[in-house]
Amino acid sequence: MTETAPDDALASAQARRAAERAARASYGRLVAIVAARSGDVAAAEDALGAAFLTALKVWPERGVPANPEAWLLTAARRGEGHARRHAAVVDRATPDLQALLAERADPTDAAWPDDRLRLLFVCAHPAIDPAIQAPLMLQTVLGLDAARIAGCFLTSPAAMAQRLVRAKARIRDGGIPFVVPEPAELSARLEAVLAAIYATFGTGWDAAHQEVVPGRPAASGLADEALWLGRLVVSLLPEAAEAQGLLALMLYCEARRGARRDAAGAFVPLSAQDPTRWSRPGIAEAEATLRQASAAGVLGRYQIEAAIQSVHVERRITGADLSPVLVGLYALLAQVAPTVGVQIARAAALADAGALDAARALLDALEPGCRAHQPWWATHAHALALAGDLEAARAAWQQAAGLTDDPAVRDWLLARAAAG
Amino acid sequence: MQYMLCFRETPAEFDRRNHAEAPAYWGAWQAYIGAMYGAGIVISGNGLQAPDTATVVRVRSGDRQVVDGPYPDSKEQLGGYFIVDVPDLDAALTWAARSPAAAAGSVEVRPVLPPPAAP
Repeated sequence: MTETAPDDALASAQARRAAERAARASYGRLVAIVAARSGDVAAAEDALGAAFLTALKVWPERGVPANPEAWLLTAARRGEGHARRHAAVVDRATPDLQALLAERADPTDAAWPDDRLRLLFVCAHPAIDPAIQAPLMLQTVLGLDAARIAGCFLTSPAAMAQRLVRAKARIRDGGIPFVVPEPAELSARLEAVLAAIYATFGTGWDAAHQEVVPGRPAASGLADEALWLGRLVVSLLPEAAEAQGLLALMLYCEARRGARRDAAGAFVPLSAQDPTRWSRPGIAEAEATLRQASAAGVLGRYQIEAAIQSVHVERRITGADLSPVLVGLYALLAQVAPTVGVQIARAAALADAGALDAARALLDALEPGCRAHQPWWATHAHALALAGDLEAARAAWQQAAGLTDDPAVRDWLLARAAAG
Repeated sequence: MQYMLCFRETPAEFDRRNHAEAPAYWGAWQAYIGAMYGAGIVISGNGLQAPDTATVVRVRSGDRQVVDGPYPDSKEQLGGYFIVDVPDLDAALTWAARSPAAAAGSVEVRPVLPPPAAP
């Protein structure tokens, strides 16, 4: 057996990943086209599922075909007779597949329409339970299986599969239209799409907006998939400033991923990170995306959150005290999106700026709903320590340590609890 | 809903109880258990002594068999358990993931059988 050099291994892993991405992109595109015709996502997935699995296996080995969609359609048609005998449900989608093929007598040279934006809006329709919107997107647009999604959202695979089936039945039976909303309701509906993507990003990264409160590392989870979806929405809706804002926010967090752990794997909070370990191209792309977003002149929560990240970056690089700027941005953010996570982050910003009484008051108001919420306890501990109440701070660090599922973060919090 | 969280630990993890790493081992568990009590979800629960202190009893056709040690050949052994009262399975899984055993072993989550209805 020949040894593979690490570079070769890395290159081939990247090629495999690229082929998998291409398969997922083409699959999502076709599911969207077929489902938009029939209104039946599950039937579209069934009709294309076997072909997609074949593509996932074959493309990484032999390379991505010249026309990926045509390849998948042909494979689906070949498998069709077989599937027909075994699953009546496929019949619902096959007329649409066949119509698609008939329209494209030569499917190799036509440009394929992209109905994925419509599919995203269907997944984030108000009639669909918000908790299942992100998993639904990941399955229909990216072809992720229920077990993988379940793990990332910390749900049982059986329950996740059942919820996905139910949501798809609701789309079909409720006749949820496959349309891009009218301009009047576009921004409200887009918010739901973006929220689902951000929730996906959060499976790999809790408390992304601030790292005084350590979150989970982005090494696991679905951060890559969220970035992919974020880029997709930006490419399909280039005028949507908030879509760019969300992408910028995720890019900032992603650029710092490597610096969140030291060589020994220990957690490193933002205030102690080495900026030279941040990804320079990543930061540059985030900055450029945020600039582009703000050019539209329509402010929104994701642009504000991205701006906060931008200030964090600048503060670490220049060493300037920008805490008043952060307090101002968080005040603005809390007006637009007064979520618990935002309020906790705002309390941390207030504490860092020396406004300890305001920080404590804000945290006290949040306490009833936060007794089992790690970021609340870590921020509470931080504020107590800044106020000189070390004994109470130690107890709060300890409580936070018991609420994280990341061993590196737990060690860091326990070290705090021991040091006070 | 009541769920039992069964914490399964590896031999390496049980070893940490008795070595230089003992404070870190117990510190993590103490924080976790404290957080569960703090959240008011604990019905009952205990840590268990190491698997080599176990004794297994079987009765077969009237024959009583007693064996030292835990069930053999299992990579992970029961290290402790808690019964918690939480809204649903997702919440139980969230608490299971927070336990030190989740990263260093595994956690089995099972719904507690409700008491039989009164006759």
